[in-house]
Amino acid sequence: MIRYIAARELKGLFLSPLAWSILAVVQFILAYLFLAQIDTYMQYAPQLAGMEDAPGVTDVIVAPLFGNAAVVLLLVAPLITMRVLSEEKRNRTLSLLMSAPVSMTEIVLGKYLGVLGFFLAVLGLLMLMALSLFAGTSLDVGKLLSGLLGLTLVIGAFAAAGLYMSSLTEQPTIAAVGSFGLLLLLWIINWAGASGEQVSGLFSYLSLVQHYDSLLKGLFNSADVAYYLLFILTFLVLSIQRLDANRLPH
Amino acid sequence: MAQEILIDAEHLYRYYGPTCAVRDVGFQLAKGDVLGFLGPNGAGKSTTMQMLTGNLAPSAGTIRVRGIDLLDAPKRAKHELGYLPEQPPLYREHTVDEFLTYCGRLHRVSGDHLRVAVGQAKQRCGLGAVGKRLIGNLSKGYQQRVGIAQAILHNPAVVILDEPTVGLDPIQIREIRALIRELGNDHGIILSTHILPEVQGVCNRVQIINRGQLVFSDTMAGLEQHLHSQHIIVRLRNAPAPAELLQLPGVAALELLDDGRLRLRYEGTNPAVALAEIAVARGWGLEELIPERRTLEQIFVELTMQDTPIDTGDTGTHPTETEAA
Repeated sequence: MIRYIAARELKGLFLSPLAWSILAVVQFILAYLFLAQIDTYMQYAPQLAGMEDAPGVTDVIVAPLFGNAAVVLLLVAPLITMRVLSEEKRNRTLSLLMSAPVSMTEIVLGKYLGVLGFFLAVLGLLMLMALSLFAGTSLDVGKLLSGLLGLTLVIGAFAAAGLYMSSLTEQPTIAAVGSFGLLLLLWIINWAGASGEQVSGLFSYLSLVQHYDSLLKGLFNSADVAYYLLFILTFLVLSIQRLDANRLPH
Repeated sequence: MAQEILIDAEHLYRYYGPTCAVRDVGFQLAKGDVLGFLGPNGAGKSTTMQMLTGNLAPSAGTIRVRGIDLLDAPKRAKHELGYLPEQPPLYREHTVDEFLTYCGRLHRVSGDHLRVAVGQAKQRCGLGAVGKRLIGNLSKGYQQRVGIAQAILHNPAVVILDEPTVGLDPIQIREIRALIRELGNDHGIILSTHILPEVQGVCNRVQIINRGQLVFSDTMAGLEQHLHSQHIIVRLRNAPAPAELLQLPGVAALELLDDGRLRLRYEGTNPAVALAEIAVARGWGLEELIPERRTLEQIFVELTMQDTPIDTGDTGTHPTETEAA
């Protein structure tokens, strides 16, 4: 059941020009960043060669690429997730799912996986760029996979938060603004922690970027992974609750 | 003979904040019933239908679909339901075939059954030629048909249609009515509409809801009784004193109409025969003698324009349950 809802969602996304244009723009920007990163590496390659314990290609090209990709996706993820539930409410198509023998959990998971499918396509294209480096050099596979895991989790968190925002309103634009605000706030929340003493621990723990950075460095810490999984779970549960609340008298 | 009860709703209430949209609505739907659900805008028709299909949870009350409680076991109960909301839930970017296949899958129809079911639903709703077209490009009438096809696709026991003939041309309306009658043979159907002749054309039971309460519930045969109002209209050239007319057996009340005709309300047997004989014998000069026949529209207006139910018959805020035909 979940897979049919997910498949329809993904198909619906690709039937709209929005998904394609986002895919194209994101790919263009990421390709530019990738090339710029390669250029930087080429510039410093002679100096790096002479250094003891020098950063490798993975550190200089792949990690910043993945780091920047997360920022780019932070900007576009709300555009993809905004219409997932709000448009169904607006077009009154949600009643098709509500009167079918499927649970709210199945609806939310189906929607979530459908959107995630789109983001995995973005991730796949990004990964191809990184893998193309194998043509000329060798990469640190461990770091590459750790970065990939980190980006996947970050994207999963973006999608879950966006889905929840979309369940709150009938206006896709409001859902987009809301999820962008939420994600950006969680992205920069550790800036406040940087100066203060008391609150810094909590704020930097809450930050989406803090946990990502360590994965990009190749540090696999189960606390970081747990953070993202909890983040995703929280917003999915909230979405299910929100959807269910639409039915209930209030 | 008792037919299988498909829907059993008891004491349904639904509040929107402090507003009570549906108040103590209860009824049963048996197999073979085509129930016409009437009411003015905002009376609670759509709210009731949304509760019956699980789109809204009732504030109080129970709904059982084929004996399965909709609130306790929604998945199993929803299997037996097909629902066309007021606005058909269509994904405009999909073709008719894709959409119907998706709907079938949501109802756990798969494989060969699914292909057959989609084909059958398309054929029944006259969608054979548009299977490959995008729903968004279809006319309103065709979109409505896709909505109906979606509701009957999985062969549910109960089909609930909220204003199914809105936006259709007269020929399509005829086709859809024929389809509803056909479906009525082996399903239970609830149909909400504003078009009163439609109810008389396709339904065998009628319910009227006003301000959230059922004010009328009867079979079509019972409705016929109501349509024969207990009134006759007479025109007499030499009308006697009203007291003399009131002495006729059965005549209970008398009213002088604007055009000089008299409207007699009677109880029990129709006094028309006696009236004619006496009129001749006493030389009243009988010019007209018409049994007044009300239309469904009049009943509808009477029930929904005033607060108290009409005096004729057994209607009340708790409508009597009619036995299944």
